[in-house]
Parts: sequence; C-alpha cells; structure tokens
Amino acid sequence: MSEPSLILDGREIPFVPGQTILQAAEDAGAWIPRLCHKPGLEPCGSCRVCVVRANGRTVSSCTFPASLGMVVECDTPDLLAMRRLIVEMLFVEGNHFCMSCEKSGHCELQALGYRLGITAPQLEYQFPRREVDASHPDILIDHNRCILCARCVRTSRDLDGKEAFAFVGRGPHKRIAASAGSRLRDTSADVSDRAIDACPVGALLRKRVGFSVPVGRRPYDAVPIGGQEVGR
Amino acid sequence: MTLSVDGVVREACQSVGHDPTRLMDVARAVQARLGGVPPAAIDAIHHQLHVSRAQVLGLVSFYAFLDETPGARHVIRVCDDVVDRLAGHARVARAFSDELGIPIGGTTADGTFALQRTACIGMSDQAPAALVGDVVVTDLSAERARQVVAELRAHGDPQRLVKRLGDGNNAHPLVRAMVRNNIRQAGPIVMSEHKRGEALRKCAALSPVEVIRAVKTARLRGRGGAGFPTGIKWEMARAAPGARKFVLCNADEGEPGTFKDRVLLTEWPDRVFAGMTIAGYAIGAREGVLYLRAEYAYLRAFLEDVLARRRSDGLLGRDVPRRGFEFDIRIQMGAGAYVCGEESALIESCEGRRGDPRNRPPFPAQRGYLGCPTVVNNVETLCCVTRILEAGSAAFSVLGSRQSAGTKLLSISGDVSRPGVYEVPFGTPIQDVLALCGGRDATALQVGGPSGRMVGPADFERTICYDDVATGGALVVFDSSRNPLEIAHAYMEFFEDESCGYCTPCRVGNVLLRRGLEKVLAGRGEPADLEQFEQIARTMKASSRCGLGQTSFNPVLTSLQSFRYQYETLVAEAPHGRRRGFDLDSATAEATRLRAVAAEGGRS
Repeated sequence: MSEPSLILDGREIPFVPGQTILQAAEDAGAWIPRLCHKPGLEPCGSCRVCVVRANGRTVSSCTFPASLGMVVECDTPDLLAMRRLIVEMLFVEGNHFCMSCEKSGHCELQALGYRLGITAPQLEYQFPRREVDASHPDILIDHNRCILCARCVRTSRDLDGKEAFAFVGRGPHKRIAASAGSRLRDTSADVSDRAIDACPVGALLRKRVGFSVPVGRRPYDAVPIGGQEVGR
Repeated sequence: MTLSVDGVVREACQSVGHDPTRLMDVARAVQARLGGVPPAAIDAIHHQLHVSRAQVLGLVSFYAFLDETPGARHVIRVCDDVVDRLAGHARVARAFSDELGIPIGGTTADGTFALQRTACIGMSDQAPAALVGDVVVTDLSAERARQVVAELRAHGDPQRLVKRLGDGNNAHPLVRAMVRNNIRQAGPIVMSEHKRGEALRKCAALSPVEVIRAVKTARLRGRGGAGFPTGIKWEMARAAPGARKFVLCNADEGEPGTFKDRVLLTEWPDRVFAGMTIAGYAIGAREGVLYLRAEYAYLRAFLEDVLARRRSDGLLGRDVPRRGFEFDIRIQMGAGAYVCGEESALIESCEGRRGDPRNRPPFPAQRGYLGCPTVVNNVETLCCVTRILEAGSAAFSVLGSRQSAGTKLLSISGDVSRPGVYEVPFGTPIQDVLALCGGRDATALQVGGPSGRMVGPADFERTICYDDVATGGALVVFDSSRNPLEIAHAYMEFFEDESCGYCTPCRVGNVLLRRGLEKVLAGRGEPADLEQFEQIARTMKASSRCGLGQTSFNPVLTSLQSFRYQYETLVAEAPHGRRRGFDLDSATAEATRLRAVAAEGGRS
C-alpha cells in the first residue's frame, strides 16, 4: 500500500493524513519559515510567515491540511518576497533593537531576518510607544518586542493549564495582557511556566539570565534558523 | 440607587441559563446596567459563568460598545463615516464637543455624558447621524446637536429626542425612531409585496432536497458581496454529518455606506425570518440565530415581537414548515465590530468570544456555530430565498444577467439628490444608477463600500453584477469637489480601527498604507512609495487570514488605479539621494532636546 503524497516545489513527499502542509514538509526535510507555529501547540495561523501556495491558493501551511496530490509551491520568488515583507512588517511594527536585546542570537525573528536576507527594512519604522512590565519579581514583559504570536497565550492555556496571558484590544492596539489584572505581578504566571520559554522573541523574559551565552556560541550564531535546508 | 456588581452579574448570568457561550449577552447586560464591565464585574462573571478572566477581558476590550471602565449615563456616539463627513460631521462633532465641554473620547466631570466617535451606523442616507444610547438621531446640524445636549440635560430621556417618527414601521410602537426608509425604487423580488406564510406553505409541499434544487435553479448567489452560490452552501451543510445544525442570519451590516438590510429588517422582517426557516428545513436545522449589529438595537424589541407573532401564528416552532419538523430563531446582539460581518468572526462572536475570524478549513458548513454544521446567509439573500419559494425559480432567474440572477438592493448615498435604497436588476449600468439617484456630477464612485472599489467616469459604462462590478450593495457617490486620496485615507483609518489584529499583514498593512497616504498628501511622497503601496496590497491580499485584510487595501489600490494622475501630481523623485519623507529637524528633535537637558545639567 503506498503512502499518500503531495508535491512540494516539484518534489513528491509523503504525508500522514491529518498532518498540515508544514508538518509534512518538515518530516520530508523541507523547513518552511514560520514564527507563530510551535510543535505541541494548536496552530493559530497568525503570523502568516509560513504562507505557501496550495493548488493555486495562498494559505498558511501551519494550519492547512495536507491532501492527496496537492500541489504546493513554497520556494518561489513571489512567496519569498511576501514572507520578507511580512517579517519586515513585524520589525517596523514594534521596537526591535537587537544590539541591546537579551534574546539576540536566540531570537527567532532576528534569525528569520537573517535567513530571509533582510538587511534593513524598506518599510518605515513606526516607533510606537510601548511599555515594559517588570512588576513581577522573576519575569518581565517588554511589549516593544512582542509580535503577538500567541505562543505564550496558547502555552499557558494548554500546557501550563493557567490562562495567565490573554489578548486585549484589537487592530494595532491589540496586545498581550496578564489576564487577572493590569500588572504581571497580579497573575498566576510563574518563572517555571513553559509559557516563558515559548516566546520566540525577547518579549517575555526571565529576569537575571540575559546575555548568559557569549556571542559566537548562541544558537543562531553557527546555524541559521531551520538548519541549512532548502526553503528560505 | 446602588447596584451591587454581584447582583447585576448574577441576574445577567441567570437570564442566559449560565451558558458560557452566551458571554456576549452577559457582558452587554452588565454594560447596560453598570455603564461598563469593570474588573469586579469581570471577576464575578469569571466565577458565575465559569469562563476564564482572560476570555472576559479579551471580549470586553475587543468590542467598541463595551467598556472596561464604567462610562457615562448618556453615551453619544457621533458617526464619522466618509458620508457623514461630506454632510457636515465636523460641525456637528464640534457643536457636541463645545456644548459638553469635552473632546471626542471624553466624559463630562459629573459623569453624565460621554462623547465618542463611531464608524458607519447604517444611516448614510440621512447623515450626519449619531447614536444616543440606542436611540438613532439623524439629519444632524450643529444647531440640532446643541439642542440634543440641552434636551438631554433637561429631561434625560434619549427617546424623547425623537420628535417626528419615520415612515412605515419606523413609527411602530416598538420602534419609534426618526429613521426614514428612503425606499426610492422598490422591485419585483426583495422589496415586493409579501404574503405572510405563503412561502412556508409552498416550502412544506417540497422535500428539503427539492427546496435546495429550487434555490439552485434560481441561480441565487450570496448578497453580502462574496457571491457564493446559496444552494451549494446549503448542500454542503445538509451533507455534513451532525444531529444539530444552525442557520445564522448575518444582520451585521457594517460595510460603510450600506443600509439596505436596515430597511429589510424594518419593513420585511417576516420575509427574512421565513427565509431562515426555509434554510433550516433545507439543511436540517432546528435552530436559527439572527446576528443583529449593536447599531440596530433600536429594532430589537420590534423584531422580537415579530418572532413572537410568528410563533403564535404557527410560522415558527413545532411542525414548521410541516409535521415532523421544527424551527425557532433567537436574536444575538453584536457590540460594535465590523469584522463580525465576516462569517467565521460572526460565529465566534455568537459563541461569546472576540470577533477573530477562524482558520479555514473547517468551513462553517462543516463545523460552525457550537461546532455544528452552519450556514451563514445575508439578510437580503434570505429575502430572495423567500421570494423564490413564493413566486418560483423562473420568475427570479428571468431577471438580471447571465451569471447574476435576480435583483440587487443598492444603498446609495453621498453627493446625490435622492439617497436611499434602490432595487435594480443585475446588469444595470452604473450610469443608469447614477441617473436614477441624481448623481449628475459624479467623478468618483465607491462601489461595494471601502472593501470594494473606487471607480472613475471611465468605468461608468460598466454594469453592476458579480462578473463585472460586484457589490454588496453600497454605492457612495463623490462629486468633482472631493479628493479621492482623502477619501481613501478616511477609509484606511476605518480599516486600521476595525482590523481584529490577529494576523500580521492586516494589522500592520492598514497602518502602513494609512501613514503612506498621509505622507503623499503632505507632499512628501516619492514614486517608489506608490510601488510600495502596490507591494503591500499584493501581500495583504494573498496572505491575510480573512476577507477583511484580503480587501482592506482596496481604497488605496483602486483609487491608485482609477485616479493615478492625482497621486502622480503629489509625488516627486527625491533630490540629492535624501528621502523626501525625511525631515532632519524632527528626526533630530529628541537628540537636540537631550543635548539641551545635558547642557542644563552640566551648568547646575
């Protein structure tokens, strides 16, 4: 009995029914760029970095189910341009000063910027005024760096069983909030929460551990995000 | 009178049988009693309804008509849609502001009045308009605005602001609104005479499959704008496995410049409810929900009464439309969010959550409201369904054009002499529509609202239908004194405000386009900026998660297509390699200020 398969950039790859395009690609050794996706969490399709064209329609590969004979385009110039623009949007929307950020070298947004060849955004910086909430004794939220990926929200809800974080507001005013009250210290969030590790950027951090790994030995210093594989 | 927060919340939770999916109703009820949903109420809801604080907080902060801090006794929401702006919104807003001594967004010190802005409230044909609580105030002038404040100060009863009742059911004892229908041209389908009960009688003689076939034979397509074939949607929901299914009527008419559903709900509510009942019979659903936008709250008591009469007359309930079947309808109120017009966001909202659209698949027909197969149909679509059962498929499909059968309701406003609702056959040329409504000096036309397209005179020979110029029904006319770029800018402000913020391209793209337009309008744009607009639009269209972000760039993109010369006169190449948008003084202002502070510190 042959396994079901789909075509990814001209290559036939197998998939397990129920898998998303992104998972099927990953199992076949093709890494599709992504930010909000994290294995073990319910996919939410919010960052849109993982867009691919499936049977001619542009979809988020982290949410779209793989299907028999589906023709998926991932590594094309126009999709690459789109992904670049989306990552640029995230850079200019917030205040991302990599040189002073504790997450530098560990940051998935920064690493993706490098991998996609973004030297400087062509979009205009918005320089929003955002807050830092350091009210909690052990953790902090720097809203300047938050990319609204919902990883902490989903991890806290589904893995920590807490719902310590929630989204409030809408549109450009949407932001992450400590769910119980206005300040982080009022929540059930704890330094041992898996939600803290879920943050792909330097928005949710443990205090007193920044810059512990020297430059040159940080995860993305040696190997780009997603490894050396195809699928920029 | 003191209200205990716990008591108010308890009552609200009891009224929905402690059903956590009815959080929206609870929040609305608490807001109505306390003027807001403060932290103590959020805590009480969390305990009594067993939903997380996160969900309550997320919901309250999402909807424009819900507030975290208790507001004022009278909330005046002044509509600042483009059409209202053309009609003198600025003078009206200033008059309110002066009279109350507060800016837009402010609350008077004594807590009596709050003044807010709001997007289109579905009264573009009688703009400028505002909401005082649930009461609609139309045809405002600066003088009238001042009177409104004086009267509210004198008697405190918004209902008494209504001096002269509107026509038709606007004068119904349960409506009592000053709203006018402005039906300028009724037609043979949607706004035709309705014989109550006839469609259901004919429906009862058919099997559900035959009903779907009748709708397919009539070639009915969705009237909300997307134009999906209604029969196919119903077939998918009918085929989907599940014992419990739903029919949702989308009465969240939020597209700026649209108001035809307001008129249908006022004058043809039985036709709407009959359409839902027929849909229920066709797909095998026993329950229906009418999602009514908060701006139309003034119609709620009237619509509840229509439902009650249908129940007592055997047009809803058991053995409807025939023995062995049943159907009933409840009304779900919205709370001020344009995105809830998107069907999956509407479903989320009905379930008591933020109006974030869902990922698809699964589609609502497979897994919709409460996880059950669901069809979501527009108000006008359902009226067409009823008419198809009344008069037959042939009488329907004989009208219109090849791919677009039947008629279309148009909501026409702006620079025209006869604003109002028009029923025209599909395939009607734009110029004929302009002649009908008295838009002689039209130079730009927003077809289908801001998510549709802005067209110029070159397109006036084109026709209104799905395969030429498609529209959900809004037609805003602009004369030669209006600047297309300023119109586009106002619409981008709207989208920036109404984006749910879930996905990156829409949340950020709208802001970038709005700011980019400001740069061009200020004379600081370069030709490369126009290319960037197009690049952002392409990315938003392809990669946004729902219909909002997939169309919200249209004010910029389509005005750029139709009025490119107006953009080109404003942009120029940058001299000496320096970006024209770069202002050295403002870029170095902070450094200059800090230097001054440092110098000051050095001296002391």
